[in-house]
Order: sequence, then C-alpha cells, then structure tokens
Amino acid sequence: MSGLVEQMAAKALKLNIPLSVQLDLTYRCNERCIHCYLDHDDHGEMTTAEIKDLLDQMAEAGVFYLTISGGEIMMRRDFFAILEHARARTFCVNLKTNGVLIRKKEAERLRELGVERVQISIYSHRAEVHDAITKMPGSFRQSIEAVRFLRAQGLRVTMANVLMNQNASDYQSVRALAKELDARFIMDPTITPMMDGDRSILNLNVDQTALREVFRDGTLVGNVEEFCATPRGVDTEALDLLPCSAGHTACYVSPYGDVYPCVQFPLPSGNVRRTKFVDIWRDSPQLKEVRSITLRDMPSCSQCAHGATCTRCPGLAYLEGNMRGPSSQDCEKSYARTGIPSENYKAKRASPRSLQSLNLVQIQGLQPAVRDFSPKVPEASAAGASL
Amino acid sequence: MKNYRYVARSKAIAARALGDETMVMSSTDSTLYTLNEVASVIWAAADGVTPLDEIVATKICAQYDIAPEVALKDAEALVEGLAGHGLLLLSDQPLVPPGNSTREAS
Repeated sequence: MSGLVEQMAAKALKLNIPLSVQLDLTYRCNERCIHCYLDHDDHGEMTTAEIKDLLDQMAEAGVFYLTISGGEIMMRRDFFAILEHARARTFCVNLKTNGVLIRKKEAERLRELGVERVQISIYSHRAEVHDAITKMPGSFRQSIEAVRFLRAQGLRVTMANVLMNQNASDYQSVRALAKELDARFIMDPTITPMMDGDRSILNLNVDQTALREVFRDGTLVGNVEEFCATPRGVDTEALDLLPCSAGHTACYVSPYGDVYPCVQFPLPSGNVRRTKFVDIWRDSPQLKEVRSITLRDMPSCSQCAHGATCTRCPGLAYLEGNMRGPSSQDCEKSYARTGIPSENYKAKRASPRSLQSLNLVQIQGLQPAVRDFSPKVPEASAAGASL
Repeated sequence: MKNYRYVARSKAIAARALGDETMVMSSTDSTLYTLNEVASVIWAAADGVTPLDEIVATKICAQYDIAPEVALKDAEALVEGLAGHGLLLLSDQPLVPPGNSTREAS
C-alpha cells in the first residue's frame, strides 16, 4: 500500500468507517469451477431497487472501495444499472468476473463508467486445463478475449490465478501470458472451504512441496530470504496487532443482504433487508466481537513463533470452529515458508485428529432472508479434508 | 485572468468524505489525492451551478476567519490544480456533467 492509502486506512479504522466492501450480486454462475466455495442457486437475491438503496447507504456510511463480485456478476441482467448507480455514488469500483460475457460492447461500457480495475480468473495458459477447472468448454478462449477487449479500452486488468493440484505447474506461464496481455498477475495458493461448511474441496490444495516452491520463487515473493525468514516470535507490541481489516474497515455483503466481516469470514452479522447497513456496521454484536480480538486473545497463536508474521485468516479460523484459534491452512503456509512448524501444527502432530472430527461451523448465509440472526454454532459434518 | 466561474466534480473520479478530509481517486490513472478540511468544503460545493466566488463567500468566509480576496485566490489555485489533474471541470457557464449529480457522503 502507498503511504496515503495506509493513512486513509488508519483514519478509517480510528473513525470506525467501512472503507471497503465486497458486494456479491449473485451466486449464480455460467461456470462450475471445481474449487468454487459457493452454491449456484438463487435463494432470493436482492432486487435492483434493494441494491441501489444499499449502495446509497454504503456511500453515506463512508464506503470508498467497492468490489462487485459473485458468482458471475454479468448473470444479473441489471448489472450495468447497478454499476451505473455505484459510479454515480462515486465509489472506487473493482469488478471480479470470469469475463465470459464481456465482449467489445461491455468493455466499452465499463470504460465509460470509470471502473477502476477488472479481475478475471485465469487458471492456466492451457485451454484444456482452464476449461477442465471451470467445467465450461471454450471458457479459456472467452476469458482471454475479455482481457483483450478490456485492455483495448485502456481498462486495468488483473489475471487471478488460483493454485491447485490441477494447475500447479502453470502459474509461471499464466504470468507470462498476463505480461503479454499487459495485465497484472496475482496468484492465490489457497483453496478455501465451501460456504456451506463442506471441506472436501480442500483436497485440491497443492502440497507442501509445491507451496515451498512457490514461496521460494523470487519473481513472485520478492526477497526470498526476507519472505522465508525465521519468525521473530511475538513481542509485547505484536500482542496488540489486529488480525486483518475484516470487520475493522471492511466487510462483505451477500446477494441476499447478509453482512459478514469478509467474504472468507462468514460470521452472520446482520441483514440489510431488516437493518440499515450503517447500524449493522456500528452495532452488530458479531462485528464488535471481531473487532475486540487481538493476537493477545488467541491462545495458540499468541504463543506461536509465527504469531507476529503469520498470514492467519480469522475467517478460515472461524470456519475451523474458533475465530480466536489458528487457521490450519495458514499454519501450513507458515511452515512451507520457513520450515518451522506452528504451535498448532506441532499440537496436531502430537495428537493427530482429522478435520472430519472437528466441530465445523455450518454457514448460515445460504438460506432465505427471513431468519434468526442470533449467534449459532450448529453441528455440522465435513465431507472430508486433509491437512 | 481566470476564464471560469463555475466548478464541477468530474465523473471520472471516485470520492468519499473521510472525517473532515476527502479522498479523491482519478479513474484515469488511479492516483489517490486527499483534500484537507477547507478543500473538502469547496469540493463538496462544486456542483457546477454555484459560482466559485459564491462558494467561497458562503462556505469558506462564513466559517473561517479569512479575508474574502485571500480565500478566493487560494480557492482558485486549488480548483485550477484539481482541474489540472482532471478531477474538476471549470467553465464560464453553469455545468452539471451527465451522471455526476452525486450525493456526497457527509
């Protein structure tokens, strides 16, 4: 982040302003990616009017960065009406899409509306690999065409590559393709559980060997020595660290109006169909609880050598059953980076227990709008996972 | 000699008030700017139909202890600078850019 962006984020934190929101317009999609964490049925999406009203509320609340995502955003016939409204409210709009429905006309409209950046998922430079992941024949060609249409309009494009077993050896070539198309390249090495709690897709995650290779690729991580350095442990100052921006200066709103701290942190915190966005942001007991947690409050992580430098995701920890607990996937990453096991990792080795036997959180967000929002940790079963 | 009287926010920007400051990002090159309290007042009032001298008189001089001619000179430097970055439009005629009848967060 630039200094100015950091300053603004710090000020937003101090003023309790939701600087960034991700709004998913729909979970419907024209692709069926094997690693996707969503179900693709429509459980009662917000109407155009509801979304426009929500955008008005978010502008009033101080939201500046608006990421519009899905599902596939262009599956909504009112997508451009929503985007137009968002830009009229002067949000800085980023879009996440597979690009399949973006042709020249759509790219022109996106430019006219002043979209900040468009992120398109590209899983491989090989069409057959990409299409096998999306389960949509021809999707690679269409997504790459979309990148070209957007770049031809001068729009900034990010090609996002999710690393999994199926494409583990392709990321360098995808990056080269991004360079050729004058697009930014980002890579995410983490497959996350499905929003309904099903962890079976975690089997797609690459193994430690592949992770280690990625983390030692200087072209990706910069200074390898620094990136993979031995953790310095947790000092007093580090104990007051906040986990991330989720719930602090950022949140997520689902197509059904459910508010969560983050798209990856599905703790039901309110619904904009019943409560004003700003009231949820300020008064939700769930968001207040999230905000109250520092490293000091995490029994395992505060004692871990990686505590101050770990990329621990509180949402993934929540999905494992405890938002103050460790996120095993991030423990894996810390280990792959440094070769030093986390406290959680060591405990698991000492007392091996499959994630199948953990009391996993069942996500509440995929149900019709009218429901009780009292905190719940219902029983759930996992379809199987390995760590 | 200035050849404009009216100022309007460009539609090629993203903007939001953050406390007494305002964040403004140019859609053209993604550069982020912050406006201080006084500049934010002018920004918020730059509706394309209120003359700059009126904005200065009613929004600045009425609130801050500053001589009108000094305030106007400073305001002109500000809006010309912002216009140079494509964030504001200047005109000798009233103007409201299409799609830019925005409601700024307070």
